[in-house]
Amino acid sequence: MAHLISTTINGDTVEYACQPDETLLDVLRNRVGLTGAKEGCGTGDCGSCSVIIDGRLVCSCLVLGVEMDGKSLETIEGMADGATLHPLQRHFIEGAALQCGICTPGILMAADALLRKNPDPSEEEIRFGLAGNLCRCTGYDKIVRAVQSAAKEMRSA
Amino acid sequence: MMRFESPATVKDAVALLAKEKGKAFILAGGTDLLVKMKAGMLEPDLVVDIKRIKGMADIRKSASGFVIGAGTPCVALSENAALAKAWPGVVEAANLIGSKQVQGRCTMSGNLCNASPAADSVPALVAAGAKVSIAGPKGKRKLAVEDVPAGVGRTNLKKGEFIESIILPAKKPKSGDAYLRFIPRTEMDIAVVSVGINLTIDGKGVITAARVALGAVAPTVLLVKEAAKAIIGSKLDDDAKARLSAAASAACKPIDDKRGTIEFRTEVAGVLAKRAAEIAYKRAGGK
Repeated sequence: MAHLISTTINGDTVEYACQPDETLLDVLRNRVGLTGAKEGCGTGDCGSCSVIIDGRLVCSCLVLGVEMDGKSLETIEGMADGATLHPLQRHFIEGAALQCGICTPGILMAADALLRKNPDPSEEEIRFGLAGNLCRCTGYDKIVRAVQSAAKEMRSA
Repeated sequence: MMRFESPATVKDAVALLAKEKGKAFILAGGTDLLVKMKAGMLEPDLVVDIKRIKGMADIRKSASGFVIGAGTPCVALSENAALAKAWPGVVEAANLIGSKQVQGRCTMSGNLCNASPAADSVPALVAAGAKVSIAGPKGKRKLAVEDVPAGVGRTNLKKGEFIESIILPAKKPKSGDAYLRFIPRTEMDIAVVSVGINLTIDGKGVITAARVALGAVAPTVLLVKEAAKAIIGSKLDDDAKARLSAAASAACKPIDDKRGTIEFRTEVAGVLAKRAAEIAYKRAGGK
């Protein structure tokens, strides 16, 4: 039996019907049309499906769509303000902190969650904060530097 | 087809679990359940989400300690200053589970009920003397954490029962706890060996009480009384530490697997016990 769920996604009220065993990731991609969250492993190991639910960073592949009734969800689609990119997004582009881009939405969500809790993280804190996000292209150095420069800009803003 | 329920009360949750004829599972953080469903290891007929039950994601402090609701994500433990100050070993252990994303969902109750020998929070909870409150068709009962696992992937919970909270005792004056694990990486791995220790000292720095628990060296977590005896009455001098290491290693009944050999686990259990005791002793105020 399909469940009718009413939730808030990036500030908008969204209603969807889903099966009880569908993951939030599948609901976002297949029912809501938000394909920013990617499926890498599907088992919570790679972080490419990262979203923020009620302020907490989670893997959307490890959440059921039916759990979302009345929750507030943030996805990568809500990160930019219209055509104005978030500082993290801008510094990722300027610093070439991505190559194929599959991991990038998840890493941006994780970096955003980290900076909300800790606006001035050390390199080690950034590396631990992003340890749940795998990137097979960059070797992580450019990602860490982009987060550092974005954090610096956000602190002075 | 799997059914999904999110009851509003403990009573409703128990009723759903008790009357289910098929396979029923509790959903708290889901970081084990959903992975097993995806892998086809579990095919639930009913999933009961307990997080809509009032208080199920709360941490309550009282004179007798802390009551941690079964739906409390591990990251919330580290955000609770009083809990992190009283039981740093437990909080650190719970926040070694998986990534930040996993910590945003995973719970200590789930870690315990998943019944992996390598569960990070369990040795720390056992060392702390934690209990669980279990709700079931016959009412509520309490069980020591070490009595919950029955074997690898099995618990002593009966049909219709689920853990509603974990109860940590109030921290005793001049006591400290610590948890250490060995993994071959720096983060995001499963314990090869782990040790939780909780100890109390007197005004002269002599250990008056201790609990030592080992993980990943037997089918279930081990509470090692001989290891505690080895340091009680000492100031954690080198002789006491050597006795502790020997007792911890002697208690190990590990397996060989891809993560570590029997010999390695046995040896490292002794080393980690010594190091965890040093941290716990310092936290208790010992010098």
